[in-house]
Amino acid sequence: MNMKDANKITALIVDDEDLARLVLRELVQTHPEIAIAAECANGFEAVKAVAEHKPDLIFLDVQMPKLSGFDVLELIGTETAVIFVTAYDQYAMRAFEVHAVDYLLKPIGRERFEAALERAKSRIGEKFPPAPELAAAARPPKQFLDRIVVRDGTRVTLIPVRKLDYAEAQDDYVALASEGKKHLKQQTIASLEACLDPEQFVRVHRSYIVNFEKVVRIEPYGKDSRLAILADGTRLPVSKAGYARLKTLLDQRT
Amino acid sequence: MHPLLTPISRFGLYLLAWIPLAGILVYLMAVPGRLGWLDATVLIIPLCLIYQFVCLSAWYSCKAAPIQKSTGQRLWLTHVLAAAILSLFWVLLARLLAYGISEFPAFRGLNGRFASQVPVLFGAGFLLYLLSVASHYVILAIEDSNKAEVRVQESSILARDAELKALKAQVNPHFLFNSLNSISALTSLDPAKAREMCILLAEFLRMTLGLGEKTSVPLSEELSLLRRYLAIEKVRFGARLQMEEDMQQVSSAVQLPPLLLQPLVENAITHGIANLPDGGTVRLSGHSHNGRVVLAIENTFDPESTPMRKGGLGLKNVRERLEARYGKEASMRVSAENGKFRVDLAFPADTANTEEAKN
Repeated sequence: MNMKDANKITALIVDDEDLARLVLRELVQTHPEIAIAAECANGFEAVKAVAEHKPDLIFLDVQMPKLSGFDVLELIGTETAVIFVTAYDQYAMRAFEVHAVDYLLKPIGRERFEAALERAKSRIGEKFPPAPELAAAARPPKQFLDRIVVRDGTRVTLIPVRKLDYAEAQDDYVALASEGKKHLKQQTIASLEACLDPEQFVRVHRSYIVNFEKVVRIEPYGKDSRLAILADGTRLPVSKAGYARLKTLLDQRT
Repeated sequence: MHPLLTPISRFGLYLLAWIPLAGILVYLMAVPGRLGWLDATVLIIPLCLIYQFVCLSAWYSCKAAPIQKSTGQRLWLTHVLAAAILSLFWVLLARLLAYGISEFPAFRGLNGRFASQVPVLFGAGFLLYLLSVASHYVILAIEDSNKAEVRVQESSILARDAELKALKAQVNPHFLFNSLNSISALTSLDPAKAREMCILLAEFLRMTLGLGEKTSVPLSEELSLLRRYLAIEKVRFGARLQMEEDMQQVSSAVQLPPLLLQPLVENAITHGIANLPDGGTVRLSGHSHNGRVVLAIENTFDPESTPMRKGGLGLKNVRERLEARYGKEASMRVSAENGKFRVDLAFPADTANTEEAKN
């Protein structure tokens, strides 16, 4: 139970539609033990509100402009219990089932709402599964990321994947290099690789994924390894297996 | 009907092909046959005129003995026999003609001089008929392949029609559930509005159901469907959705395939307005120009947002339906500039009910 606010559970309602927020508000308000900390009309507001209020529970709409519910989840870490809300999305619903995340379908019925709330209450304070996997599972097959969301403090940046030069593994994080800047994101390089189009991004090394479009040439380096030279002059190590993958992609394209 | 007789231009070509043949025959009779140019011409020209009709009869024997279904023996027997008989008939005719012409003082003795050339003429008639048989088989083969092509095209059009029918009967579940959610919210906030929205939704659904069997509807009907669709989405998006309509300059009786515009408007909402935190405008406009209708759907969109996901499919369907209906007469242009996504459709302005004309 949350100790910081007089034993009340703090909740956030996030949906871009006024009427959808209204329904949730009405349902939540019948529970005196829950305090609505804030209502947010988009993902940016939600990320900010989470940092500000540190809520125990979020009702999170999946389809929102700019930042989807999954993006928000990626950006807020794994400390908050989330109940997803969606009208209809077969892939998302399957992902929720698989990852045992609570979700509500619009229009939201009271019984279903109560059940989800009970379940979420019992799990408040737990650690929740990392978001990227859930987001990956919710994507339709063969659909890859077109942009990556990163957060620096409360500032959210969207990096279109075509502007991503390369990604480098750094412990639990990946450093994403784009337009001369580096952004850190808590994600494993393997899970990032799974989200990227394999016809555009190549894992050239245990610690590196490179954007194929940005590679200008490959140079030999040492006995068994090589270097990939990018358009901006960056030099990335290429392992033997990485070189084989690069060559396969090159053959496919020509 | 014989394929070489109609249209008349084709028959003309056939006659033209006979000119060199007749020329060769005249030469054979005149020079090696020693008939003289005048004699040979007077004799051969009418003979060829008659024989080219005789050769057309090969069509019937070719049809009676299709090359794929007959044994080689039967083919040879049929056509060689026909060639011999017809050629014999031709030679007899030639002798009669020669006899007749000989009566004129200028051609005295033609009859006698021609007698030695009878085997040559017989041979020529025999070969000409066989040549005609061969050409007719070629014509038959071309006709067969054309028919096969038409069948393939027809079946692919039918398959596409069925696919499109299934598509247009389908209401986007996302739209449906979101609308129901809005109604659910309105029941406590504004019951009258909730009822109004129920009616709108019911009318929209009823209209899309009824469109399943139709192949074309007047623009007015499509527009009233779109207005309901947009009115429903307006409740959901509130101030985020602005609408403009400028359809005064196009006749509302213009016919178009049903639900042609609906997927475009749906795209405008789901890929345009829904991606904008502050919303935007959906604008429908149209005008007529030189017997063509030009319709445009334009919406604000976020250039940085993810590119059209399902939008690609929706646009492709609209393009295919336009093509299936109007072929090259229709055009579709898609542009995305300055934060505006725009689809322009142009097709022939047809106010007659094409559905009735078809049935």
